Amino acid sequence: MMEQVERIQVPQGPLFKFGVREKAIIAIGLFATVFIVILIAGSLIPEDSLDVDLYNIFASPSLAHPFGTDWVGTDMLLRTITGLYLSMKIGIFCAVTSAIIAVLLGIAGPIFGGKIDYVISWLVDLVLSVPHTLVIILVSIACGGGLTGIVIGVTVTHWTSLTRVIRAEVMQVKEMEYTKISRKFGKSKLFIAREHVFPHVIPQLVVGTVLIFPHAILHEASITFLGFGLPPHEPAIGVILSESMKYLTSGKWWLAFFPGASLVLVSMMVENIGRNIEKIINQKTAYM
Amino acid sequence: MEKRSGLGIFLTKRLIKLVTLLVAICIVTFVLLELSPIDPVTAYVGASTKVGAEQRALIAEHWGLNKPPIERFMAWFTSIIRGDWGTSMIYRRPVLEVIGQKFLSSLALMAVAWTLSGVLGFVLGIIAGVYEGKAVDKVIRAYCHILISTPSFWLGILFIMLFAVELGWFPVAISVPIGVLAEDVSLADRLSHLILPSLTLSLIGISNICLHTRQKVVDILSSDFVLFAKARGESKRSIIHNHVIKNASLPAITLQFLSFSELFGGAVFVEQVFSYPGLGQATVQSGLRGDLPLLMGIVIISLIFVYVGNMTADLLYMVIDPRIKEGQMA
Repeated sequence: MMEQVERIQVPQGPLFKFGVREKAIIAIGLFATVFIVILIAGSLIPEDSLDVDLYNIFASPSLAHPFGTDWVGTDMLLRTITGLYLSMKIGIFCAVTSAIIAVLLGIAGPIFGGKIDYVISWLVDLVLSVPHTLVIILVSIACGGGLTGIVIGVTVTHWTSLTRVIRAEVMQVKEMEYTKISRKFGKSKLFIAREHVFPHVIPQLVVGTVLIFPHAILHEASITFLGFGLPPHEPAIGVILSESMKYLTSGKWWLAFFPGASLVLVSMMVENIGRNIEKIINQKTAYM
Repeated sequence: MEKRSGLGIFLTKRLIKLVTLLVAICIVTFVLLELSPIDPVTAYVGASTKVGAEQRALIAEHWGLNKPPIERFMAWFTSIIRGDWGTSMIYRRPVLEVIGQKFLSSLALMAVAWTLSGVLGFVLGIIAGVYEGKAVDKVIRAYCHILISTPSFWLGILFIMLFAVELGWFPVAISVPIGVLAEDVSLADRLSHLILPSLTLSLIGISNICLHTRQKVVDILSSDFVLFAKARGESKRSIIHNHVIKNASLPAITLQFLSFSELFGGAVFVEQVFSYPGLGQATVQSGLRGDLPLLMGIVIISLIFVYVGNMTADLLYMVIDPRIKEGQMA
């Protein structure tokens, strides 16, 4: 009992405290490093290492081939990493473009108000009214399949939720004293949007962008799996998994297990980075 | 009386919005498919080389494919309104008939998965919320976070490999046994073919509702009325029963109705993996083989499906929650 009282009274001082904030920063650092390592590794793997090796077809996982080999003897680990690299590139691109759309529309709506706001909300409702899978399928059919179709499809479906979050935030900032005063001083809407509103939504924007990424790569892999996305000769995770469907009943579990699990791990890592950034930015949880 | 008129206005507004969305989605779908490189005539005749160029031209003229897009859109749109959704090219039957049949079998799958994920997610969410920070909570949360990042089709593949191939508990695919006529399929057969797909679909749906319910329970438990209930000497059991479940159930039910969109999306993948002959598989087939009438029909049906879910969620809030009802009166 005495000890407890003492501990409360002693000021923390310069003593290093390992709290939520430190944990979050370490997690972010660690996962970001892994993420970058996969990106670099993926870009360094030469094309010819994915060559055919017919002596080694369907080798189960071993030290030489940790993820096993496929029907032409290609090492699955190399295929998985190149697949992840492709997925991650697509994911980053889609997350950034979706975020740009979200921030533009999310700020423009409330600032200009009236009809523009109504149209933007209606657009969000329109995109959300049809299942994402169907929208991406439609867009990729329109583009004739391939990379363009999947990138446009994923971007078109992923800006909506972040737009809603930003719009709600901007609605609040709009009613704050300082924006009202700024307006009374005759500042233009563009000025208010740039100087008062945009800095305010940056935290939401960063977290939102990071959290779009896992969705984007999962959707890309899923649509490719169905056969609408990347063509079969690309080294994509979706292609690997749809190939593994052929060997489903013959017990070649490593063909599906490792590539899928790696995709899950990457998207969990990024999800975790996003949540941790959120924790640090939010004052309520940052210093627990 | 006043409440009724409020509800009436709400429903009319919703109906108008549904109509605008439907018209818009028709236009967008038409434009998108217009852009696509799929040639409807080739999609119709297939790879057959017996059909010559003149015959192709005749088919195109018969369908009015040489008319300008706007005229064609108007023709298509008016026939949709009149209830003629065209003929599916893969199934060679009217689109509405195909959709009706496929939708019923998807509905069985989705209904089982939806109920299962709702109940399980809610119960797990309550448990996690009540034991916040304890080991149980951590396990449940870890499970949810893993499943959020798991593509449904991959989970389906794993399940097939584990339960159907390795353990042999369930049939590998197809909703009926091979070599049995559709009429002779027993209920047990149907059920055993339904278990694995619906289990996959429901496991994916659990995490959302579970995490949401957990947060809600944590909020409720730190509220003043629970503090007061504790002060009155209510036991933990009765607090959970009287305060937590009542307050957490409405948001959970609402969320479950809002998840129709993800449910449909998930069904597409699950049906594809398990070769379950539902609407999801029809979507993929129509897309891959260029069956544009069927694809357009499915888009429209899915919009109505999702919209009904969203509207039910709003209605539930208005009808069940006494606070919102009062707020509307005032």
